[in-house]
Order: sequence, then C-alpha cells, then structure tokens
Amino acid sequence: MVTNMKTAAPGAVAAKERQRSFTTISGRPVNQLYTSQDVASLDYERDLADPGSFPYTRGIHPSGYRGKLWTMRQFAGFGTPEETNGRYKQLLKAGGTGLSVAFDLPTLMGRDPDHELSLGEVGKCGVNITSLADMETLFDGIDLAAITTSMTINSPASMLFAMYLVVAEKQGVGWDCLSGTIQNDILKEFIAQKEYIYPPRPSIRLITDVFAFCAERVPRWNTISVSGYHIREAGATAAQELAFTLRDGIEYVQYAVDAGLDVDAFAPRLSFFFNSHSDFFEEIAKYRAARRIWAHVMRDRFKARNPRSWQLRFHTQTAGVSLTAQQPYNNVVRTALQALAAVLGGTQSLHTNSLDEALALPTEEAATLALRTQQIIAHETGIANIADPLGGSYFVEKLTSDLEEEALAYFDTIDRMGGMVAAIEKGYPQREIAESAYKFQQAVERRDKIIVGVNDFVSADETPIGTLYIDESAADRQLAKLNEVRTTRDNDRVRAALDALKDGANGSANTMPLLIEAVRAYATVGEMCDTLREVWGEYEETPII
Amino acid sequence: MPKIRVIIAKPGLDGHDRGAKVIARALRDAGMEVIYTGLRQTPEQIVAAALQEDADAIGLSILSGAHMHICPRVMQLLRDKDMQDVLVVVGGIIPDVDIPKLNEIGIKGIFLPGTPMQDIVDFINRNTRSRVEA
Repeated sequence: MVTNMKTAAPGAVAAKERQRSFTTISGRPVNQLYTSQDVASLDYERDLADPGSFPYTRGIHPSGYRGKLWTMRQFAGFGTPEETNGRYKQLLKAGGTGLSVAFDLPTLMGRDPDHELSLGEVGKCGVNITSLADMETLFDGIDLAAITTSMTINSPASMLFAMYLVVAEKQGVGWDCLSGTIQNDILKEFIAQKEYIYPPRPSIRLITDVFAFCAERVPRWNTISVSGYHIREAGATAAQELAFTLRDGIEYVQYAVDAGLDVDAFAPRLSFFFNSHSDFFEEIAKYRAARRIWAHVMRDRFKARNPRSWQLRFHTQTAGVSLTAQQPYNNVVRTALQALAAVLGGTQSLHTNSLDEALALPTEEAATLALRTQQIIAHETGIANIADPLGGSYFVEKLTSDLEEEALAYFDTIDRMGGMVAAIEKGYPQREIAESAYKFQQAVERRDKIIVGVNDFVSADETPIGTLYIDESAADRQLAKLNEVRTTRDNDRVRAALDALKDGANGSANTMPLLIEAVRAYATVGEMCDTLREVWGEYEETPII
Repeated sequence: MPKIRVIIAKPGLDGHDRGAKVIARALRDAGMEVIYTGLRQTPEQIVAAALQEDADAIGLSILSGAHMHICPRVMQLLRDKDMQDVLVVVGGIIPDVDIPKLNEIGIKGIFLPGTPMQDIVDFINRNTRSRVEA
C-alpha cells in the first residue's frame, strides 16, 4: 500500500506556494520565472556560440548527435575474468557500443588475491585481474581493434593499461589502432573515492608518464578521465562537482606542462567524466558550463592553440547515489530522466545504472534494461536530432552562468592555496564535500527534500527482487590461477623487470615501458604496485568528518 | 549523564566513506562521543581501538560485500577480549540472505540504504544504556 504522509496545512490558501523556498537538489535557490533580463549580460557569439564553435557552451560538434550518437557504454565486471567476458559478449550482442571494465577492490588497490586485505573482496565489486593471464581471458574473442574500452582504474592505471597493450600485441592489433580510456585520475581519489596508494606527487608522475607515452605510441587513447562522478557521489553539490573536477584538470595540465610536455601534444586526449543527478536543469547547465570554462582555461590559461585542446569531451554516468533500495523499480524512472539530462547536455558517452544497484551488482536482465533505456532515448524521443535544444532558455542560460561563476570562485580559492594538491593536503575539498553531504542528509531527514519510496510515498509491503549474489568461488578460482601463473612463468625475468621498474621509479625514466616489460613477464598487479610502494611509500589521509 | 562512546570504522579495502562520515556527525550531534577510525582498518585494529577508547558501541560501514568475512572476525575478537558487552552495528549494502547470519553471531543492528539517521541514533541509545551506566 502506498501512503502519502504529506498533508496540506490546515487553512492553506491557494496563493501560498507549496514550499517556503524552492531550491535545486544542491540547495541552489531558484526563482519562479526567468526572463530576458536574467540573460541580458550574455553575448551570443562570445558566451554561447553555435555548437562546434568556441567556447563550445552549446556542444563540441556542429551537428550535435546527427553524425554519431553518444557511445552507450555500460560499466560491467564481476567475479572472474571468464564470467565478465561472458557479460561483455552479451552486452555487445545487445547493441552496446563500447566496453567499460569494473575492477574489484583488490585490483583497484593494487593487491593480489592472496594479500590479507583482499580477504572477502575478490571479485565482489568488479572483476579480479591479477596478471596478464586474466586480461587475456577478459578480452578473449573480442577484437580490440573493433571496439573501444574504458577502464575504471586509478592508482594502478598504468599497470592495467600496460596489460591491455600487451593483449592487443598478442592479438596482432597495433597500438595506434587502439581507442578507449583509462580513468587514471588520482586527485579525485584523494578528494572523494579514496582508492589511492602512493602520495600525490609520485601518483601524478605515473599519470604524466602515461600522457607522454601515449602521445608517441598510442595516439588515439584517452589518457585520463578527469572525474567528477565520485566527487558528486561523495556528497558534493553540482557546483562543487564542476569546480573540483575542472580544477583537478588544471592541476594535471600544469604538472604535465611543468614536466616539459607541449600542451597541444597531450591536451586533445584529456577527457572528463560527470555525474548525472536528479535535478534535471541543474545537470544540463553543469555540462554546458563545464565546456565553456574548459575552453577558456585551455586557451587563456594554458595558451593551447589546437581547438581540440579547447574542447571538453565527457562521459556521464547516472547517479548511483540517487538509487533507492526501496521500491527498486522506481530507479528505472530516475535513471531515464538522468540519462535524458546527460544527452540534453551533450555527453559523448553514457552509462545508465541498473534498477538493482542499491542492492547489489546488476543482474543481466537489469543491465539490459538500463541499456534499453538509452536506446529508447536515442531512437524514440527525437531529442538526439537537434543540437543543444535547450540553448537560449532563459533559465538554462542563467543557471549555466551561475554555475560557471561559482566554479570560478572555487578556482580562486584553490589557486590561493597553491593548487589542488596543496588544497587536498589541507583537506579543503574533502571538508566542503562532507559538509554538503551532511546538509543534504539533514534535508532528507526533515523531509525538505523528498525521495519517493524512502521518506514519502512509502510502501509497507514490498516484494524483494532477485539480485546477483557473488559467492566465494571467484576468490578460490583466482587464487588457484595466481598460483599457476607463479609456477609457470619465468621468475628470473619477472625479478629483472621489477628491478628495472624500481630503478626507473627512483630515477626519472618513463615508467610505462618498464611496466609493459613486467606485464609481458606475467608480473602481478600486486608485485608491480609493491615495487613502487617500496620506492614511494603509501599515502595515509587524516580522516575528516 | 555519561556520554555514549562510539567507534565508527570502515573495514576492508573500500574507500566510499560518505555514509560513515555522515553517521559519525549525526551521532556526535545527538550527543555521543564519536571516534572515526578512518579507512582500511582490519578487525584487529578496530577492536583494539574500541578497547583503548572504552567504546560502548562499534559501527561498521561496509558496502563492498566483504561483511561475511569482517563481521564474524570482529565478533570473535570481542569475545576473545571479553568485550561482548560492546554493541556492534553494521551499515551498508547487506543482502537479505546474510541478515539472519549476522543476527546469529550477535549483530542486531543492521541498517540498510535509506535508513533515517534518527533510527540509528535511537537504536544505539537504547542498546548501550546499560553499559554506559554500569
């Protein structure tokens, strides 16, 4: 039974508004009406321009999605490489147009399955990849020249990317034919998701090594996906997501330039990753503001000359944090609306969450429905036929400018602190996000913000849905495979490769070729990460609540 | 009246600490003394912290699916140290099938996504009173 617990105040008069104040999900006040006066200071050519023209507020492609739809890229991974390989083949058969690898926590944290901290975690939140042998299985029967792959991996990004390159080599696919993305964004790990290993500076060196290596050897690879997604999931507002993500982007560009790279040699391969939360127009405005800010940053702050360096390209994922365990079918509707906002905002690729993800990793049926949601938006709604259909809306343009202004104010604060690494070391973005998260939770508790099925419209008798349950067999199989790899490989070659890696890390050599050699020798993720732990140590944060 | 002392801990490899931090603040705002251990704590470290801080309750935030390894270990260590009177509660993503198993080992407070903070405050208040006043 559904009950509406909200009742009208006695004696309420018609002229009175429903709420004392109206705000976005980020707490931003919104007016009853927006008019031409709200956008009077905007100059079309300077601030908006047609899609495909600087500052790209209206999109980076002149024809919007008419030439090419966004990539429908469903993040997936669980259990063993064999199981995940099966899921990938099913997603590609269902019309998915790119792969996106979800790794388990031991892989993300650079630990082998036999490490004590891996206990109970192997294959649980994603697929376990320990050595090249696992990567070969993961892409078995999938032509790496024919697909694009995104890998959500950060601290050990270079190690997993090296494995991908060696799998391509074994398939006979040239590295110049490979296309895809590694997340490779450590700053947001310190800020939000906390999957860090090394301290900030050596971590960033690994990243700029990838920039330099790919500029020469893997020219079509997106070397980083500067991510706001996790920052938002941790509780940030839309403006904080926008500001911290783009300021992270600035930090990476600055480090790369300081390391001697030419900005136009690597900047066209930078990409971004945003959340799509439930406040429809705020999200659309956020993407539009992001493009405008980045275009100016790259042209004016870093003096990039190649227009491709100015263009912000991004992936979007609908907001996992908005999904509810209660009445899970409601999540299909939430995800569809969030996906719609991402497309209206001009995303280059999109992941739609599955209805059961507040409970577990998705079942195959739930993952397929999430993909179908994108296909319906692409092929039935008509919105992909017009570039930036909301451009010129008084409200959307005003909101775009307001978000830009708020983000630029954050840039000033962080610049004054000495940059993002310094701000992180002071705990500044972490504290801002924790504050927003707590405020939002309080608003939910007061029922100032309604979450259907959670604090209003609650069902008393819910029927549980079937979910995916991952047992311990994945851990057993991965442990057995690890032992097999260790006994069949040439351990002298592994030792030599790891020693060379250590020497390189102590010096200033590019770490990528050294990691590729270690991968070819079947060194494990844990062994490679431990080698660098010995050189650089591990980061420990001061907890902030 | 003495304050209830609560350890909030994030065991395992997962770093998603939004829930742990929000609940730590809510408990503190409700008048409890809260010690947040930070990330990646082993069961041994968590129980040692509880002993050292003379905690009345331990709150474990687990989203990664590792709860069936972590929780029994924490309960065993509490028994070994004769600390069975410390209340243990768990918040996070816990599949339905695991709830009776956790109840069986002595974990009664299991809080799933969407739980109001006040419910958790009330539960801890109700179930630690005798220890705090002892």
